[in-house]
Amino acid sequence: MSTPLRLKELSKKADLLTGGHRLCAGCGAPIAIRQVLLAAEVPLVASNATGCLEVSTTIYPYTAWKIPWIHTAFENAAATISGVEAMYKALKKKGRVDRKIKFIAFGGDGGTYDIGFQSLSGAMERRHDIVYICYDNGAYMNTGIQRSSATPLGANTTTCPAGSVIHGKQQPRKNLTKIMAAHNIPYAAQASPAHWRDLMTKVRKALDVDGPAFINILAPCNRGWRTPTHNAVELCRIAADTCFWPLYEYENGRLTINYKPKEKKPVTEFLKTQGRFKHLFSPDSQDLLKQAQENVDREWENLLREEACWREEAETKGEG
Amino acid sequence: MKLKGWKELEMGAVIPEAGNAAQYNTGSWRAFRPQWKEENCIQCLFCWIYCPDSSVTVSDGKRGDFDYEHCKGCGVCAHECPGKKGNKAIVMVEEGN
Amino acid sequence: MGKKLAITGNQAVAEAMKQINPDVCAAYPITPSTEIMQRFASFVSDGVVDTELVTVESEHSAMSACIGASAAGGRVMTATSSQGLALMWEMLHIAAGMRLPIAMALVNRALSAPINIHGDHSDGMGSRDCSWIQIYSENAQEAYDNIFQAVRIAEHEEIRLPAMVCMDGFIISHSIESMEFLPDEVVRDFIGEFKPTNPLLDVDKPVTYGPLVLPDYYIEFKKAQHEAIKRAKKVTLDVAKEFEKVSGRSYGLFESYRLDDAEIAIVVLNSAAGTAKDVVDAFRDKGIKVGLLKPRLFRPFPYEEVADALGSARVIGVFDRADSFGGFGPMYMEIASAMIASGSSPVMINRIYGLGGRDFMPEDAEAVIKELVEIADTGKATTLKEYIGVRE
Repeated sequence: MSTPLRLKELSKKADLLTGGHRLCAGCGAPIAIRQVLLAAEVPLVASNATGCLEVSTTIYPYTAWKIPWIHTAFENAAATISGVEAMYKALKKKGRVDRKIKFIAFGGDGGTYDIGFQSLSGAMERRHDIVYICYDNGAYMNTGIQRSSATPLGANTTTCPAGSVIHGKQQPRKNLTKIMAAHNIPYAAQASPAHWRDLMTKVRKALDVDGPAFINILAPCNRGWRTPTHNAVELCRIAADTCFWPLYEYENGRLTINYKPKEKKPVTEFLKTQGRFKHLFSPDSQDLLKQAQENVDREWENLLREEACWREEAETKGEG
Repeated sequence: MKLKGWKELEMGAVIPEAGNAAQYNTGSWRAFRPQWKEENCIQCLFCWIYCPDSSVTVSDGKRGDFDYEHCKGCGVCAHECPGKKGNKAIVMVEEGN
Repeated sequence: MGKKLAITGNQAVAEAMKQINPDVCAAYPITPSTEIMQRFASFVSDGVVDTELVTVESEHSAMSACIGASAAGGRVMTATSSQGLALMWEMLHIAAGMRLPIAMALVNRALSAPINIHGDHSDGMGSRDCSWIQIYSENAQEAYDNIFQAVRIAEHEEIRLPAMVCMDGFIISHSIESMEFLPDEVVRDFIGEFKPTNPLLDVDKPVTYGPLVLPDYYIEFKKAQHEAIKRAKKVTLDVAKEFEKVSGRSYGLFESYRLDDAEIAIVVLNSAAGTAKDVVDAFRDKGIKVGLLKPRLFRPFPYEEVADALGSARVIGVFDRADSFGGFGPMYMEIASAMIASGSSPVMINRIYGLGGRDFMPEDAEAVIKELVEIADTGKATTLKEYIGVRE
């Protein structure tokens, strides 16, 4: 019997990520990771790509992790956990391990969308029984806010600075969750720690499937986003309400949108909260702002259309 | 912590003491301190689930005081606290005041 | 006595891996080592081994998966060559730094550019500083025998470092030679059960692998690593002694060929040593005191023992099938270090040969030995480092 997804019940579980880690005050990543770990009802072994989460949680001789954990390098959290999972299968087959264990990999957007993309794709295609969690803060925050392929259009980073001629990042972000879904894996989803129950439900589904799963979690970074330390959760909420970060899941290829804002807010509501987009509100950046809204609208409408198709198909088949 | 010599170290820089970061104090980072006003607390536990530093203590489903050894004073808890009748159960006060 | 068969070097290694039956193999195809994993894959498919084979999407991931698997707590093997090893380079250091006893067959091949698929030692020598134990093999028999010994050395509790067994691409990997196999049960007893240390799969005792180690501790871990690889020299000899008992074949830190009273010595690694030995014999027949040293354990390098073995030589010619461009060849640097540390000062020359699989012919060895004889007469070497077998 799993612990009900109610905070009162969940709070009785042990925290598998302790305090005393050295992530910045108000960082979104540990909020997400704590929720991921609290959702799990089976023993976990984790690998972690190089990045903020990795360095800040394991500064020798201290570790904040209460689960077996391995960091090897930046681009290979998925390959590393593939090896761990393969050894589990081998030893289980030989009777040298008898416990049920699940395997999880953590990576930031740099380690997942960019340098770790190949190893992630390989691990998904090989159908390892692993869950890959990307905590997406939209840039290489650990090295000091450099652009990644997850950096939103228009954002000011240290390698795409908002200058007098070029106004921040000129390209829209890569849609990694969709790319992962295109691997035809049993489970792929997008979540945010503000919607903790949705996030934890997704983690449970991801852990339950036999095979690879991917969850992309929005994780605000107040240093890189140029925001105060107190509003990480609120920013996640606005991201979902503007459909900048839609919450959805693919279960065996079938799309469900898990959160539809009653009233979809303009993306400027999200952008204006952050210093990294401040320059977009000057008169000569209006094109980028317009594009940003168009991108969000297109993605959201595509999601709605795709979901409607699935619903229609289910109705035709009489599945309701 | 006394620094160990090379012969005393675990092979391969493995850390065998799971979760020993709890022994590391990050409370000194705080510029602002969350204060819990129990009278306004509805025990929603949002502060607990949203705390980046596992610094809201809860026992048997009910919250206790903050873990000031680790709380970095980010203020997420106070910001998310719904409070009671418009009165926050968590307020941030400047350290040293 | 085991059975005798004519077989390629790659098949010999695949056969060794089959007999070891590792828990996990992660590998990616690359010429000329591909055949090893290809053959091994059919052992997996046919249920001859119960290894989990992870067919990764790159060598970088191959080594990453090997590291994950090894840290999880079981026996892990892989094979690669050239660019594959180069792509693994980052992870080679990490495997060693985490003290994981992974065993790898390295089928030596030249590095690009220009791309070339044939044998030289640029790949192995390029990974010299990665803290892997490196054992070189002259032929298929040695490669086969060295694989078992490498597993034992790597997994030795006082060492726990990864090990690679090297053999020449194509020249050995693809040529058929007659060799002798060990019976399966002999292999099983010789390598024994894998003993995990700090396995990730022990969820009741969670450990953290790969923390950030700052200046307060980093150098202590490196010192421990240095001491561990140093111990591999003695363990290599101990393991070789045990191996001789079960196989009848004897191995040392290197092979000395007619070195005892040699005034002139040549140092030749891997397959070329076989060719050079014949040439040494021909010179001996003419009454010239020439001997050959064929290194086996390259990391850790047995400096004192090598200096001892070369002690009587006044002139030494070191052959390198790899170059450290702008410096001497990697083997020359080791031999020079060994001799200088021992206090002897022979005249030493360095000849770079066989890059990209250029044939090493008896005439090549002959020409160099003739030059060494002249140097012995005059006491002077005109060119310390030069390429041989190159068209003008």
